[in-house]
Amino acid sequence: MAVTEPRAATPTFGDVNRDVVATLRTPGNLYFAWMCVIGLLLAAFLAAWTYQIYIGMGAAGKRAPQMWAMYITTFVFWIGIGHAGTLISAVLYLFRARWRTSIYRAAEAMTIFAVMTAGLFPLIHAGRMWFAYFLLPYPNQRYLWPNFRSPLVWDVFAISTYLSVSTIFFIVGLIPDIAALRDASTGWRRRIYAMLSLGWEGSDDQWRPYRRAYGLFAALATPLVLSVHSVVSWDFAMALVPGWHSTLFAPFFVDGAIFSGFAMVAVLVIPMRYFFGLHAYVTDRHLDYMAKLILVTGLVLTYFYVCELFTAWYSGDHFEKASLFWKVTKNYAWALWTMYFCNCVAPLIFFWKRARTSVPIIYAVSILVLIGMWFERFNIIVPSLAHGFYPYTWGIYKPSATDTMIVVGSFAFFFLLFLGFIRVMPSLSIVEVKETLPPPMKERHGHGHP
Amino acid sequence: MAMATPEHGSVVGVFAHVDTTVRALEDLRAKGYHDLTVYTPVPVHEIEDVLERDRPVSPVRLFTLLGALTGTTSGFLLTIWSSMQWGIITGGKPVASIPPFVVIAFELTILFGGVATLIGLVTLGRLPRFRPTAAYDPRFSSDRFGVAVHCPPDRSASVRQILQTAGAEEIKAVA
Repeated sequence: MAVTEPRAATPTFGDVNRDVVATLRTPGNLYFAWMCVIGLLLAAFLAAWTYQIYIGMGAAGKRAPQMWAMYITTFVFWIGIGHAGTLISAVLYLFRARWRTSIYRAAEAMTIFAVMTAGLFPLIHAGRMWFAYFLLPYPNQRYLWPNFRSPLVWDVFAISTYLSVSTIFFIVGLIPDIAALRDASTGWRRRIYAMLSLGWEGSDDQWRPYRRAYGLFAALATPLVLSVHSVVSWDFAMALVPGWHSTLFAPFFVDGAIFSGFAMVAVLVIPMRYFFGLHAYVTDRHLDYMAKLILVTGLVLTYFYVCELFTAWYSGDHFEKASLFWKVTKNYAWALWTMYFCNCVAPLIFFWKRARTSVPIIYAVSILVLIGMWFERFNIIVPSLAHGFYPYTWGIYKPSATDTMIVVGSFAFFFLLFLGFIRVMPSLSIVEVKETLPPPMKERHGHGHP
Repeated sequence: MAMATPEHGSVVGVFAHVDTTVRALEDLRAKGYHDLTVYTPVPVHEIEDVLERDRPVSPVRLFTLLGALTGTTSGFLLTIWSSMQWGIITGGKPVASIPPFVVIAFELTILFGGVATLIGLVTLGRLPRFRPTAAYDPRFSSDRFGVAVHCPPDRSASVRQILQTAGAEEIKAVA
């Protein structure tokens, strides 16, 4: 994929509408070819899940002590991916970082779909997922309520709040853009867009509450985005398992989530820009900023890894040291060293400016980061559980065909949602991109208001 | 701002530029026309500065505040009340142990705050609107700015004059 030079002229308001509407025309064969691959993977995913329901959790390679294995690994991975979207849309909005406008829609869509994908895993992992409603806060037939001191209950609250608030934020951002699509389309498409736009007209009495509400959503979403992965990390940190029981976990998880989320944004936005010809909006400057954020969060993550090693040694705790030594040298050492390479070494290339604007390098590093971050969660869950306090509880986990297929299929589920979305909805925010352009003026100088 | 009253028609000026729109708004206000609706593809500071001069801040934030406080209260009530239902002491800690309940109360604060803000936006923006207003033009979602002046028919000639002078590309009267 070659780097195409951005168009010299700044787009006008009309250009933005035209270019975004152009992304919705019937896609080429490549798109349908990808959809076929995704369809096949999803069919395999459903077959594997059905088989697991029929046979039982043993089909997924679950043996004590390895009861979490790849499902919770992948769950945490997807929740982490879902962090960059709200970070870009809320935190960078509050900081008035204008470069966010051209990537935030794709990033927000990624967030919603990643959290939805993550939401599948507690259901799959529950085995009899038709009892998933047990998670909801209501008393059972003996009037016992859920234990609100349990991190697993906090997790249900954190993730459902995150999904709800991100979805509201996302849909509110879409409303004026859908109105623009409505005005550019005809026939049954126009009727659907008209319905979805809620009759938005962009009048001053609509923009007034809208602008206020948008700022308030950003203010609510900012603490939320920092809290969600902290709560997920407490699923581990509140337990006594060596390798988990650490106060480091909350910031460590949040940073890792942002790191992997930005990598996923790069993986999604770079092909989108290429296939939709959005070089005037997603410029090399955007890629440069994303690469810098990956670099910074990668360096912070490296610092946390060092802290983890140091704490295990300095604490003098026998079990902590034994668990760490086992992780670094025994059965799963390859996974640990893969993680260190992908998360600590690979992003260092972004110190070099040429790498930050080279599409192939950014793409390759982002994919390495995604692999590295999946292995990070694997390394937290599997080797820690494999080597607990007592030798009689030790046990090795081997992936089975069933759970491997379910993990691979989750990527198909995510890409199905994302590729479907960019076909029917504006993947670039029409309104927010226009806001960063100079507004059309008849006279260049002095329009009365400083 | 105000909706067109049925007995009055509106005169709509279509503008291509922000500065001409602002000039029209200033002139209209100077001549005493306050019953205006301004359509813009994006919120524009220059236009907002003119319109918001004598208006109070939008009350959406009240919705957010009330929603968030409801969330905090119900989070603590749910957790404390339900623990009291079966007062079993675990780990030597109080039955109503506040620190873990902060997590639930925090999440419900954000959730209720967000939902209330959405309700505020829908109520105050009078959404959804099932029929487009007469003055609306599809160009207003792309690159044109619209100023609709709601006035009795005998004033429409003077309104046209103001819009024309300010630099409207097109002026039309709608029912």
